[in-house]
Amino acid sequence: MSSLSLAVRDSSTMLRRNLLHARRYPSLTLNLLLTPIMLLLLFVYIFGDVMSAGLGGGGADRSEYIAYLVPGLLLMTIGSTTIGTAVSVSNDMTEGIIARFRTMAIHRGSVIIGHVIGSVLQSVMSVVLVGAVGVAIGFRSTDATALEWIAAFGLLTLFALALTWIAVGMGMVSPNAEAASNNAMPLIFLPLISSTFVPVDAMPGWFQPIAEYQPFTPAIETLRGLLLGTEIGNNGWLAVAWCLGLATLGYFWSKAVFNRDPK
Amino acid sequence: MPSSVMPTSRRGDGHPAPAAVSTAGLRKSYGDKTVLDGIDLHIPAGSVFALLGPNGAGKTTAVQILSTLITADGGQAQVAGHDVATSPDGVRAAIGVTGQFSAVDGLITGEENMFLMADLHHLSKREGRRVTAELLERFDLVEAAKKPASTYSGGMKRRLDIAMTLVGNPRIIFLDEPTTGLDPRSRHNMWGIIRELVTGGVTVFLTTQYLDEADELADQIAVLNNGKIAAQGTADELKRLIPGGHVRLRFSDPSAYQAATVALREITRDDESLTLQIPSDGSQRELRSILDWLDSAGIEADELTVHTPDLDDVFFALTGSTVPKQPSQPSQPSQPSQPSQPSQPSQPSQPKEDVR
Repeated sequence: MSSLSLAVRDSSTMLRRNLLHARRYPSLTLNLLLTPIMLLLLFVYIFGDVMSAGLGGGGADRSEYIAYLVPGLLLMTIGSTTIGTAVSVSNDMTEGIIARFRTMAIHRGSVIIGHVIGSVLQSVMSVVLVGAVGVAIGFRSTDATALEWIAAFGLLTLFALALTWIAVGMGMVSPNAEAASNNAMPLIFLPLISSTFVPVDAMPGWFQPIAEYQPFTPAIETLRGLLLGTEIGNNGWLAVAWCLGLATLGYFWSKAVFNRDPK
Repeated sequence: MPSSVMPTSRRGDGHPAPAAVSTAGLRKSYGDKTVLDGIDLHIPAGSVFALLGPNGAGKTTAVQILSTLITADGGQAQVAGHDVATSPDGVRAAIGVTGQFSAVDGLITGEENMFLMADLHHLSKREGRRVTAELLERFDLVEAAKKPASTYSGGMKRRLDIAMTLVGNPRIIFLDEPTTGLDPRSRHNMWGIIRELVTGGVTVFLTTQYLDEADELADQIAVLNNGKIAAQGTADELKRLIPGGHVRLRFSDPSAYQAATVALREITRDDESLTLQIPSDGSQRELRSILDWLDSAGIEADELTVHTPDLDDVFFALTGSTVPKQPSQPSQPSQPSQPSQPSQPSQPSQPKEDVR
């Protein structure tokens, strides 16, 4: 068997294993979905009037704020789901079965690749679920072409891939599930200080660089542009660069940690 | 700091006997703690080898290196003809490993664990089902097959673990403390399983803390202490090294005791409890000669008990220490393959050096 077909076959076996875990024990993923959904409802129905009053120089209504909010929360959903990835990778690495895999003549990377693909699939499903909640409470895309929909979907998937690789690295270096969940906090914290809830230029001047120079803001602005027709500018390239950079970093990090001798 | 020089594979074409596992000068340390300090092993294919030692002796580390889980700091090791450092995948294709800590996926069922192994060994779906059904049956796991492995008892987990190890028909099987933590019945079941494996012609490398287990199962035993092989040989050869085997005579009458101490030689006396110890391997022949001897001397003890050597005795004999984790002692023999000679000049035969 060639090394590529070995990689594909073993990785798909590992993927099936991870999806089986997710299907048998869905509570972790579902709990993590609660955060973006609660925030969506909270900001729309409780803070919605105040928030929309500050949008677009005043006079925007609640439905405009829903439109503003949903793209950011879709990306936050990915951040939230990948916390689950870090936790399950960390759990998995402490299991004896990983030691067994390491002593078998299988494709070395298949354990990680199975986790990554499984996690990206879960992220995409979560995004669809949160998106459905968004649509249910009134989110509508304005004049997005089919191509823009595809690009939006591609961006979400690429973003999920990038955060997943980082989360896998975080999970690998965490000795237990608690540590993994703590280490992965930035994945849910960064969207809170991005342009998810308010535009960056509405933030204090000293804080704007923090909101600006992080992966979530350019990705959110790009998604808004694709779905709502706002100005994308160079955010598109920035978002793609962030994603590729994080994915590469996470890939080499995870690989290096996995190839170390286990303790 | 340990040397990080790894010798390249020296594959001699003229091996005298096919070795399933052979190592030379294998070393491993963690920080400044030396775990393996030059291990030389030669395990013929088709035999059962037991690495005997207490907790912390380095048994698990040895298995982890030989099964390619971790890398050695120095020395050389070949498993199934492949160098563990330069050809780990060749080694992996030939071995099966059941570690000390259960290597089953607790979140999925026993049957799913078996299917997982079948898939990773690239068996066809039909073949995977056949092997799974056969092994679940053989290891008495059919009833529990559809339950999550995390709900299994210790013995069931261990059986599933070994069943998973067997899916790929490995030629060499590593079992790291296969019976630790099992109740006596499960332990005997496990012994039966291991014996069955050997009849299939595979080589078994097992580690254990129990002398009786090594005695029961192994063709060759190596005693590991402080990261060194303290002695190597068959169970019988090792037992002769151990002065712990003895017959104990207890007296209630001080005058009988005194008479016995005069009449018997090579004894250890305990004047407090009026007991005498006579070195013995506990064999029927030796017991009979001791009894004859007592009769002819007219000695009648109140109680006669036979004590067989245990692991504590092995360590006392081989290392002069019952505490295995001490830093290496200057008085230890420097040649690991050469058994240290216990101070028992009266033993019937001296242990042979391991030269196979």
